[in-house]
Amino acid sequence: MARHPFIFLTALLLLALVLSLFVGRYPQPYWMSPTLLQEDELARQLVFNLRLPRILTAILLGMALAGAGAVMQMIFRNPLVEPGFLGVSQGAGFGAALAIIKISNAPLVVEMSAALFAILGLVLSYFLARNLRYGGWVLRLVLAGIAVSALFSSGVGLLKYVADPLKQLPEITFWLLGGLWSVTWSELLYIVPVVVPALVVVWLMRWRLNLLSLSDETAFSLGVSTGRERALLLGVSVAATAAVVAVAGIVGWIGLIVPHLARRVMGTDAQNSLPASILLGGIFALLCDDIARTLYVGEIPLGILTSLIGAVLFAAIMMSRAQRFKP
Amino acid sequence: MNASTTHSVSLSDLRFGYDKRLPTVLHGLSLDIPPGTITAILGPNGAGKTTLLHIILGLLSPQAGKILIDGKPQTSYSRRQMSRLIGLVPQSEYIPFEFSVLEFVLLGRAPYLGPFEMPGEADRHIALEALQSIGLEHLQDRPAPALSGGERQLAMVARALAQKPRILLLDEPTSHLDLSNRDRILNALRALANDGVTIIFTTHDPNLVATTADYVVLMRQGALLSAGPIATTLTAKHLSATYGLPVEVVNLHGRPFIIS
Repeated sequence: MARHPFIFLTALLLLALVLSLFVGRYPQPYWMSPTLLQEDELARQLVFNLRLPRILTAILLGMALAGAGAVMQMIFRNPLVEPGFLGVSQGAGFGAALAIIKISNAPLVVEMSAALFAILGLVLSYFLARNLRYGGWVLRLVLAGIAVSALFSSGVGLLKYVADPLKQLPEITFWLLGGLWSVTWSELLYIVPVVVPALVVVWLMRWRLNLLSLSDETAFSLGVSTGRERALLLGVSVAATAAVVAVAGIVGWIGLIVPHLARRVMGTDAQNSLPASILLGGIFALLCDDIARTLYVGEIPLGILTSLIGAVLFAAIMMSRAQRFKP
Repeated sequence: MNASTTHSVSLSDLRFGYDKRLPTVLHGLSLDIPPGTITAILGPNGAGKTTLLHIILGLLSPQAGKILIDGKPQTSYSRRQMSRLIGLVPQSEYIPFEFSVLEFVLLGRAPYLGPFEMPGEADRHIALEALQSIGLEHLQDRPAPALSGGERQLAMVARALAQKPRILLLDEPTSHLDLSNRDRILNALRALANDGVTIIFTTHDPNLVATTADYVVLMRQGALLSAGPIATTLTAKHLSATYGLPVEVVNLHGRPFIIS
């Protein structure tokens, strides 16, 4: 009985994965017959070299953001924290915009620059927090994250202002709204070595995550090496976030809202809510990306859809009297 | 207090300050606590009682002095060994997420679980027993943040009981409790002490000390004024010195009763 909801969620994810391969705008909008794979070389190319890596990346993106969000909300003891808040998201946005204006809009260049500035944002937040003379370490990190994010978002504003309004500005705006249109197998290969180990670590330590949400003195009395364990879980979460943000741009709401949904259906205990958060994140991001690439001829930015669908879903589930699973 | 056996906790010439620029909180404190006893640390607000608990726990390190736990230096234990040895019930705790009371109490099993391990049936059983022993089992599915102040304090005690420590530290354990819940906790503490667990609690209520403790440690401004059995230490003279105002001790049903 204990594993029942997870079997259900895993099956749902696999089903969504397989169905997504046949969703798109070739050869006609919305749906491609699976039999076409045997007849049409173009269909085979499309499914295995464009759709499959994109689908897998969408799943990893959702898993990374939702998993990291769940970890960070518990470590910071604050349900309003989202995974990019330590300067990571805005840093990546700045890096991408800078690359588009100053170097080139080639996906690889933009992604590398975004990753670089995401890490820079984190490092800046960390050192600022260390040197703040105010509050406990949780408050200092939150304040430093807010300050560094504001710094980079003002930088993004400046870059948008000087950008060529016809060529560069749409590109920047589109990137900032998030999307997976540029993903190929090579992008997937960049993020897998970061995201997969990070998810494994947080999954293995999921019960201990509960302890980190307690006050320092209590966690210490229960044998937790508070500094080291927090640093480890925070480190892998931020690394996973930085990796997916560099490839996909700023995809909002997944990291904030999915952990809430997971706690709502599975209860607070991270032993259950963390795996649920990871699985739900993967499913949610995949479905949003399917809509993003299918609904119109042009692509809808993924960040817009995750916010729109996420907010509606969130309101609906939080208002409902949905029963909680009893594992 | 008692020199013949190995002391549960033995402190000698402890010095501690939170910051070099600030005055020291504890200066030259020495104390021996025998196993299986209930010791109360009594003193006015700001006397350094919680600081002393945190030093015994190992959360704060003294600038000078020696700490022996069960006869061995505190630093010779690993974090994990220490957490099996010493439990803490903090004065209050902010619980940001809606853990059920049972999930909350289960966290007390952490010292016995590896970094990747989940609590099993045996752990659940121990957690339930802990809840039953303080009469909180009917609230096991209730979200912990929704508990009243007193119920939350009971839940924190249950969590510390599930930890099965040899030494239990409690910071103002009865501050939010009504009379019947107070009795419940005090009975649970007495039962633990009879099983050989050393109980150390802080309080600023002399009458709680009179009814509950075997030994009392009187503190004022980071200094230990006197320590010893209730009968000889909880006296008008010592208490007046502790609180800096005249205190009277009368005998009520064979126990001292303090009036100020």
